[in-house]
Amino acid sequence: MAMEHENISEEAVIELDGVTKSFGTQKVLDGVNLHVKRGEIMVVMGGSGCGKSTLLNHMIGALTPDSGSVKLFGRDYATMTDEELAETRMRFGILFQSGALISSLTIGENVALPLREHKSLDDNIIDIMVKIKLELVGLREHADKMPAQLSGGMKKRAGLARAVALDPQILFYDEPSAGLDPVTSAQIDQLIIALTRKLHVTSVVVTHEMDSAFTIADRMCMLDLGKVMRIGSRKEFEDLRDAADGELKSEQDLLIRQFLRGGAEGPITDRQQSSGYADDLSLVATRTQ
Amino acid sequence: MADAQEKTKQSWIISFVGGIGALVLTASQQFFSTIGGMFLLLYEAALVTLRGLFLPGAKIGREALWFQMIRVGVRAIPIIVLVELAIGMILPLQMFPKLNEFGQGDQIATVNAIAAFRELGPLMTAVVLSGFAGASIAAEIGTMVTNEEIKALQAMALNPVSFLVVPRMLATMLMMVVLTIFADLVMVGGGWLTGMRLGVDPDVYYQLSVTAVDIAGFITGLVKAAIFGVLISLIACYLGLSVKEWEGSNGVGQATTNTVVYSIVAIIGADAVFTVIFYAYGLF
Repeated sequence: MAMEHENISEEAVIELDGVTKSFGTQKVLDGVNLHVKRGEIMVVMGGSGCGKSTLLNHMIGALTPDSGSVKLFGRDYATMTDEELAETRMRFGILFQSGALISSLTIGENVALPLREHKSLDDNIIDIMVKIKLELVGLREHADKMPAQLSGGMKKRAGLARAVALDPQILFYDEPSAGLDPVTSAQIDQLIIALTRKLHVTSVVVTHEMDSAFTIADRMCMLDLGKVMRIGSRKEFEDLRDAADGELKSEQDLLIRQFLRGGAEGPITDRQQSSGYADDLSLVATRTQ
Repeated sequence: MADAQEKTKQSWIISFVGGIGALVLTASQQFFSTIGGMFLLLYEAALVTLRGLFLPGAKIGREALWFQMIRVGVRAIPIIVLVELAIGMILPLQMFPKLNEFGQGDQIATVNAIAAFRELGPLMTAVVLSGFAGASIAAEIGTMVTNEEIKALQAMALNPVSFLVVPRMLATMLMMVVLTIFADLVMVGGGWLTGMRLGVDPDVYYQLSVTAVDIAGFITGLVKAAIFGVLISLIACYLGLSVKEWEGSNGVGQATTNTVVYSIVAIIGADAVFTVIFYAYGLF
């Protein structure tokens, strides 16, 4: 296939099998299976509250599943020792939604932090490495600024520089284009593609911005109500988005299409409205009588 | 109709009793999980500290400690001076008439010095620091949680306990000791000023103060101060870290308020316990 990039191998670096997670009585993830191949950009999409962030938190080991397993580089989080967990964490980087820069440190110090703490390197070498990482995201001249002095887009780019500080093999992105203007958002997209190809990393991008998703994705995964609705190549999803009414038979396909197109009318809307609005009103009416 | 009313009455009673039961259950559950969580945090912090002190190669972060000591201590100095000076002036003034009836007016120096070194120096410093250090630490760490900074630290394989909790805890403990010595002296100085107004000879006042404070009284005061420091920073760090990401500014505000309230309760409680212990061992 044309869009399959040459760096992508069949080996799965992230394996989620039957991951189920509940908070209280609410089931947030319900038997999620997802394998991410080495070198690809996997976009995980879904509406607000569908379990995207929870899924990401499982992949980075911040949450443990109620049942099922999460493996990174073939190792299960559940059986890792503290040392193995630390070692695994040094092999991936995360770009958080807000950048999550340590607010008491400058941009340069933020990028230097993982290097300083984990590698016994000379200060000069750390300085050089920080400059290289910041140049990668176009922030070299802002190294001495505090995070509070930066705009949202710059914070994200700085967060990205920090995420790649230890040369990770996997990069996770939590809503990379949320809250950014279209130009900055497009720049971040290009940065994600460039980093993935240049540094040969595997990227997992959690987003609900469809423009961005279709720009960067090798494969896509659609989540809904804690379940995986579909995993497929970008081409499959593009075809689904562009399909005419008559071509789609199943409710599921219609639902995915509504999400991809971003239309206000469709199965998702029907589901939101079908929760007994009329009954609710009549209940109030009987109570006031 | 009457039957239905009977039913609603019954269900009202049941839900009332059930409500009380549920309240007691959740409250006690919360209480024990908080205490337990704090002990675990203290244990981990102690472990990290010992490792940092005795294992070569383990990083302690002297810079961070120094920064935190300045942040915790320096800004609190004016308030501590104000509080201790005021108490130091008020206490002898209130004691003087009674003592003077027995011709022992000079003894306000003794009373004031003992009160300062054994009780009010450490206690008032701790109360001031629970605001200055405790509230600010809880707010800072709570905000870091809501900004995903703590999660980012963990994801970089950095331990928030060694990175955030230990420097703050050591700084608060050390500054409590330093500021308590300072507060003790200020309070005695305040009494000296009052004494002069009341006609106590300054030299006599000084001599009486020096004899009143024995080494045991001085050390027990500082031990208390150090323990108060650990309590304040432990509560602040624990409550700060227990803020949930989705709670936002509301959660941070709650953590800050609770830190001050819990700290003061814990300080007074620990004060009582340790005074009893010191008394039992004849150190009082």
